[in-house]
Amino acid sequence: MSLQSLLFTIFAIGAVASAVFTITRKNPVASAMSLVAHFFMLTGLYLTLQAQFVAAVQVVVYAGAIMVLVVFVIMLLNVGREANAEGPKSIRPTLAMLFAGILVVMVSSVIASHPTGRNQLHEKATEIGQTASIGKALFTQYLFPFEAVSLLLLAALIGAVILAKRHVSETQP
Amino acid sequence: MMPTSIPLDYYLILSAVLFVIGVVGVVTRRNAIIIFMSIELMLNAVNLSMVAFSSFLGDVAGQMFVFFIMAVAAAEAAIGLAIVLALFRNKQTVYVDEINLMKW
Repeated sequence: MSLQSLLFTIFAIGAVASAVFTITRKNPVASAMSLVAHFFMLTGLYLTLQAQFVAAVQVVVYAGAIMVLVVFVIMLLNVGREANAEGPKSIRPTLAMLFAGILVVMVSSVIASHPTGRNQLHEKATEIGQTASIGKALFTQYLFPFEAVSLLLLAALIGAVILAKRHVSETQP
Repeated sequence: MMPTSIPLDYYLILSAVLFVIGVVGVVTRRNAIIIFMSIELMLNAVNLSMVAFSSFLGDVAGQMFVFFIMAVAAAEAAIGLAIVLALFRNKQTVYVDEINLMKW
């Protein structure tokens, strides 16, 4: 077994396990920590694909910024362990998991027949994953989407402030 | 630099499995914050297949899309969590099945 296969196996199993942990834990903080582990596993997978820039951004943006927001909101709302729903237990979650299992088996069986037939990375893969080539494409071919995304982030910033702001009239007794 | 010997299909299967785990999380959980985290799982599954295609086809477009998806996910995190906060302030709960004002 080559080093690449070994790393891929470790990161793939880790990614699936931490994703399952994320959606099964009753405690939201445990879910959030599993999600951080999941992001680090994905970083490893990106590195096996020679995508260094995306791997770095994954750690900084997801494991850093977004998860800090999530943990902060969990702390702010002080949500504890999830209580079981009162009333008769719905059959829908079980059905959902059943159909999801069927879907993943179907998709995997189709893909496992090697429809792409690609077993090697492209020879330019290392060059493409570097910051220089990403930056060059970002400021030439993808300049308009880049500017649009900056506008989107500004709108999100303002929207978040307005949504989360406590109205003055509410604070009066 | 030795090229990897893992087929593209393995990355796609892994991506499909992770996406379905995210969908199951959205459908089965009641806590709005955990539903939000499941959506992040789905976004990351798509990112993985984009990066895999980008590296195997030798095209930078896939990684550009991942960059923009990450920016949109950051915006979504800010707005989504602000909505959860506003919801908690009005209804004192983050469980989505207790927010049934518009349920017929």
